[in-house]
Formats: sequence, structure tokens, C-alpha cells
Amino acid sequence: MTDLCSNASPIRESVSQSGRRVLAVWLPGLPLEHRRQTEAPDAPGDRPLALVAEQHGRSVLTAVNPPAATAGLEPGQALADARALAPDLSTRPADPMADARALARLADWAGRYTPWVATCGDPASGEGGLLLDITGCAHLFGGEAGLVRNLASRLADLGISCRIAVADTIGTAWAVARAKPGYRGPGDPLGVPLGDALVTPGRSRTALANLPMNGLRLDPGCIADLSRLGLRRIGDLYTLPRQSLAARFRGPTITNDPLRRLDQALGQIGEPVSPRRPIPRFRMRQGLAEPIASTEAVCLVLDRLLAQLCAELGQASRGARAVTLELYRVDGGVQRLSVGTSRPTRRADALKRLFVQQMDSIDAGFGIETAALAATATQPLGAEQVGLADDAPGRSRAALADLVDRLENRLGRGRVARPVPQQSHLPERATTAAPPLARIPPADWPAHWRRPVRLLADPQPVEAVAPVPDDPPVLFRWHGRVHRVARADGPERLLPEWWRPGGPEDLRDYYRVEDTDGDRFWLYRAGLYAADQPSAWFLHGLFA
Amino acid sequence: MNVLPDPVPTADKAACLATLAARVRAIEGIGAGSAAGVLPLGLPAMDAALPDGGLPLGCLHEIEAGSAETVRRHAEGAATGFAAVLLSRIARHRTRPVLWIGPDDGPYAPGLATFGLSSEHLLTARIHRPADRLWALEEAMRPTADGPALSAVLGQVDRLSLAASRRLQLAAEAGRVTLLLLRTKGTAPRTSAAVTRWCVGSLGSAPATAEPGLGDPAWRVELTRCRGGRPGAWAVSWTGAALVETSPATADSRDRGVPEIRPVRRTTRIAA
Repeated sequence: MTDLCSNASPIRESVSQSGRRVLAVWLPGLPLEHRRQTEAPDAPGDRPLALVAEQHGRSVLTAVNPPAATAGLEPGQALADARALAPDLSTRPADPMADARALARLADWAGRYTPWVATCGDPASGEGGLLLDITGCAHLFGGEAGLVRNLASRLADLGISCRIAVADTIGTAWAVARAKPGYRGPGDPLGVPLGDALVTPGRSRTALANLPMNGLRLDPGCIADLSRLGLRRIGDLYTLPRQSLAARFRGPTITNDPLRRLDQALGQIGEPVSPRRPIPRFRMRQGLAEPIASTEAVCLVLDRLLAQLCAELGQASRGARAVTLELYRVDGGVQRLSVGTSRPTRRADALKRLFVQQMDSIDAGFGIETAALAATATQPLGAEQVGLADDAPGRSRAALADLVDRLENRLGRGRVARPVPQQSHLPERATTAAPPLARIPPADWPAHWRRPVRLLADPQPVEAVAPVPDDPPVLFRWHGRVHRVARADGPERLLPEWWRPGGPEDLRDYYRVEDTDGDRFWLYRAGLYAADQPSAWFLHGLFA
Repeated sequence: MNVLPDPVPTADKAACLATLAARVRAIEGIGAGSAAGVLPLGLPAMDAALPDGGLPLGCLHEIEAGSAETVRRHAEGAATGFAAVLLSRIARHRTRPVLWIGPDDGPYAPGLATFGLSSEHLLTARIHRPADRLWALEEAMRPTADGPALSAVLGQVDRLSLAASRRLQLAAEAGRVTLLLLRTKGTAPRTSAAVTRWCVGSLGSAPATAEPGLGDPAWRVELTRCRGGRPGAWAVSWTGAALVETSPATADSRDRGVPEIRPVRRTTRIAA
């Protein structure tokens, strides 16, 4: 386009106000390449290979490797046609779910560069990729060029081909990565100079002008419609009046709406990178000069990260309720250890003890090269009083919180509880579990109801002989032993709670009985006594 | 190691013997020296049998359901009740909560409250796997910089090797937390490092007056093993929020035989 900067242009050049920088990675070969990592390579790399899926009753190629592409095969071709072109073609069934998982794994892996990582596109059709918001992160890797080089060489080590671009907006970065003709990304022997991967801030419009329309993340049908009108490059849209463009191409979704896609790419409509995981406010990262594998080394790194994290939390007057340690392995895997605490804390030693319990579950593989520690949930926590000698209740509370955390982090949340009364007359619902550290006004169960010391989780049916109506049994058999009843108290009739389903016919008549050995039991008869049918008796508890 | 006190006053033999006994006990690991101390149970006869007149704190005790004399197994209610009595006394003495680590079919808090173990003092942990339960017991007694979190821990553990019990005893000494093991389904008692072993079975509970129905909970408590003390057996009942010794003769006579008329107290109460 010649009049890129003219005022008459209906779409203005935008200057990035936010200073945001987005990195886009297009992974065209992911469906084939991630299999090479996980499966045994039974097909040599120089033979044509393709993934095949059933579409509308015929077999269609969904991805091809470079030798197959050289032989003239391409995705979307019917398998029969492909075999005619390349008789030595080997095929594998396509697995879109596995492709999506591989993309998610890569997104996890990319967390080493920035926590703002999103996936985009459909990896199974070779349109998948990653979006990284690298605002303020690039200097850690020697600037944007250094970060791109680092990312490209690591992906190449993993055997994954990629195209990378950095720009002000998602749209521009993706368009440059996806659609720049002849550009194969840095590290590629065919590649153009690295400078082309980095779009200068504020130059999105110029960078997009000559790119083909398929860089705009539109539906193929929409791209075909535009192409029919002679609009093949993104720059062709600049000169068109906005109103007619909007009137003609206002699709139901954004992927059918070239005008909005263009506005996004030029930064006139905001489009944030929507991260896969919530972005923690407190996150510490530590790159390592040499990969580490031993537990001791991980503990040393953890010590440093915890000290930094607790200092940050202290400055913000907050305490952590959940902390996650992310360990980035050399081979691209990510290990996560998470611990939770029962009350906000920023004591590094207590948090470390919780992590140490899980240390044996770390699989370091060939080594860990980056570690990150994030407080994923925090609560306000004022400055802590230290040094006052005899704060016995406070100290025993701190010790208890520490103990509860150690137990629950290994055994599971909610395992330690404080039983407190609940408003119900049914024995199994008369207690509820409160958090062990909750401050609860002291309340106890009504003392005039005699209750057993052990309550069976499920009442156990017993064979009972009860010849007199509404009388306790004379004897009953439980666990193969016959108990003769010597004394009894009762009945205590408990009806179902009226606010829950169940009618009066579900009542229970409870009896405290003592057998001739002195053991005391809590039996109940389910339902009213009926002369014509035997009553059902259950054992529900043991008295002291 | 010189065990004898340096100056031996020949006149004061009793004091000398007491000093020696205390040293032996410290070596044996009862009460972890003088710091943990002992807790009188409030029954003079029982306290006299225990070393230093009370239950040693900061060490391991075993409570079994049943009777040492007869093969007869008792239901576990009586042992659970006796354990609750001990726990509540320790919790009140040390003003810290107790932790009850049991399987899924754990204790029932409203019933334990009868024995003084209120919800203010009781924490429970339901752990299904026996190995995890042992780990949790040891973890609960681990000393921290803030001192012990708990006053006592109870574990429902049915099988325990000598090595495991020794480990728990050492952990209890180090953490100065009293540990009770409640064994309800165990086989024959095996050797263990416990300082005391109790067998608790139930006794018939006739009310004091001649009315029908059930009276106060009554148990036969046997101290079958006690380091530094003397074994013994007592018939006790839980009357008026305290342990009271009853006459075993009357208890036994009430315990045997089938009464001809079953005394049923009709106390109809309806809750809906």
C-alpha cells in the first residue's frame, strides 16, 4: 500500500499505548513432532509419514512430515490420492486429544518465561500455537531477541519446529508468526534475519500490510469470501471504508469479522492474553546455571525462593494460604508441588517443612533448570508480634496450625476436624466437623440425652428376638455372638427431621441395652411395631 | 556412669532410695525425667499402684478392650470410655487439645462429652490406612519451636510391632506428649515399649437404687503392666463426673447370671 500514513486512510495507524509486548509461537508440525517424543520412532525421519483421520466417511490426511510435503502431499488430501503420489507413505491415526494435551504441556513448559501463557488455535490441524505476554520479562533473557533465540533453540532441542514473532498485540504477533511468507523463524537454516521476528513497537500497521489474509485468525470460509473480492493481503483492508466492510462482513463470531480482527491486531480493541492458570500476585523465579537433580539442591533453591517470597508477602502485609513450587525440567516437563496452610503464614521454615514432606515425589528426570515459587492464595496478615516471652495461647495455636498443615498436606484436606454440635436430633447428624483452628464459642451436646461413645457409620442389622410389642429385645445376635439382654432403657423415639424427605413411618425406637456380660449397646427398631411382620433391628452404637 | 548420689547419708535411707528410684525411672524413660510429671487419676487405690502416685505423662500407654483373666472379649465401648476419661484429665491438666486418630468408624463426640472430653478439647483425624495412622501419630508428637501443640494423642491401632512401639515411645518422650494406644481388635498382647498396659472390660451397671434400667457406666480396669508400679485390678464406675471405686464383689455378683425379670425402664421420649 502506498498511502499507509495518509490521513485519508479510514483505519488509522495505532501507537501502542500500553507498552505491552506479546510473543506468538506457531507450531505447525506439533501433531507429528510430539509423537516423536513419546513414541518409539519406528518410521525413519526421511520417509513420508502422515496422520489420517476419518472425515465424512473417507480417510483424509491431517498432518504430513517434510518428506511427505516434498512428495506433494498436504493436509486435507484423501488418503487414496496421497498413496498414488507417495506409494511408500506410512500413516498413523490422528489423535486430536493427544495433540491438545501436548500443546497444554508446552504451555506449562513456557511458564518458565512468563506466567501469562495461553494456547490458541487447533493443534491437530497444524494451526496451534502459544501466546506469551512477555511485557517486562524479556530483560531476564537478554532482551526480546535473546528470549526469542532462547525459546527457539529450546524448542529445536525438543524436536519441535516453530515460528516466533513478537509484537504489540496478539493479532500482529500471530499474523507475523503464522503468515510471513518465506519466514521460517530464527534458528531455521532458511530463516531470515532475526529482526523480522520482532515488530518494532508502534509499527504493527506496516508489518501487517503485506501479510496474507490467513494471518488474521479468520475462518477459512471468511478468508475465501475476502479473496473472491480481491482482498488477499491484510493491507487491502486498510483503504476500504469501515462501514461497508462492517456491513458486508459482520459475522456472528469474531472469527467471521475481519474488521474486529484487524482492530485487535492494530491495538484499537484490547485483547489480553488470557492465561491458562490464574496469575499469582506473588511469584518468585530462579533460573539455574546448571541443571540440578538432588533433593538437597532443590531444598537450597527452595530456601532462597521462600525467603524472597516471604519478604514480599511481609511488605504487602499478606500471608500465604496456598503455595505452589514449579520445577521446570530440562526435558520440557514441569513438576508442581502444592501445599496449603490452615491460616495465612509467611514463615519460611513452616512452609519448607510442608514441601519437604513431598520432596520424595519429585522426579527430576535429567535435571531441573528453572524453579518458580508462587503464593496462589493469600490473605491479609498483619505484622507478627515476636519476642514476648509468655504468649502461651498464641504459641500453642501456632504449633497446632503447624501440626494441622503437616497432617493435611499429606493425608488430604479436612482430615483433621473439631467435632461441634449441629442442630439435629438424629445421632448421625448431631455433630459436624469444624476446621480445627476455627474459633467457636464453646457449646456442648445436651447432656440429658445419653449417647454412645462409638457410633457405627452404618447401622448394622442384628437378629433380635423381641416378643413384646414396643419392648427391647430379649436377646440379639451380633457378629455371630448371642447377647442376652439383662437391663434396658427406652424407648427413645426419633422421627425423621421434618425439613427433610421421609415420613413418620421412618421413625426409629432406640433402646439402651446391657447384656449379661455388662457390655452396653444402642439398638433401634426401624418403624413401628407390626404384629404381622418381623421388626427390623439395628445396632447403631456402643456405650461405655 | 555414676548412678549413686555422691554424698550418701546413711541415716536418710528412704530419701536415698527415692532419689535412686527417680534416677532409674529417668533412665527407663518414664515421664521423661521430671519435666512431664505424673497425673493422679483421683482414685487413691489406682494412684498408689502407679509410679509416683499418678499416670506418667509424656510416654506411651496401651489400653486394650477385654479382660486379662478371662478369654472373653469385650465390646470396645468400655475401653473407649476409659480412654476418654484419661484424655479429658490430661487435656484439662495441660490446657491443650487432644487429638484422636482413628479409622473411619471413629469416636462419637456427644458420647465422649459425657466423660468430660468436650468439643473444646477434642480434635479428630480419620485415617483409613494403618500405616498412615502410625505416621500421623509420630508427626503429632513431633516437637516444634512453639512447644507441643497437643497435650495427648490417642491412636486406634490394632497391630503394632515392638520396634514401632519403641519408636512411638521415643517420639512421645521427645515431644513430651502423652500417647494412648487403644487396641480393640488386637490378637494376643505382644511385647511393646509401653510404660503401662490397661485392660478395660465392662461390668453390669445396676442403678444404686432398686429401680430398673441402666445405671452409671461400670468397668473392670486392670493394670496388667506398669513400669515402676504394681499391677492391679479395680472395679470402677463413672459417677457424678468422676471415677469412683465400687466393690468388685457386688459388681461381679451382678455381672453373672441372667436376671429372671428383665428390668426395663420405660422412659419414652419423642424427638421429632
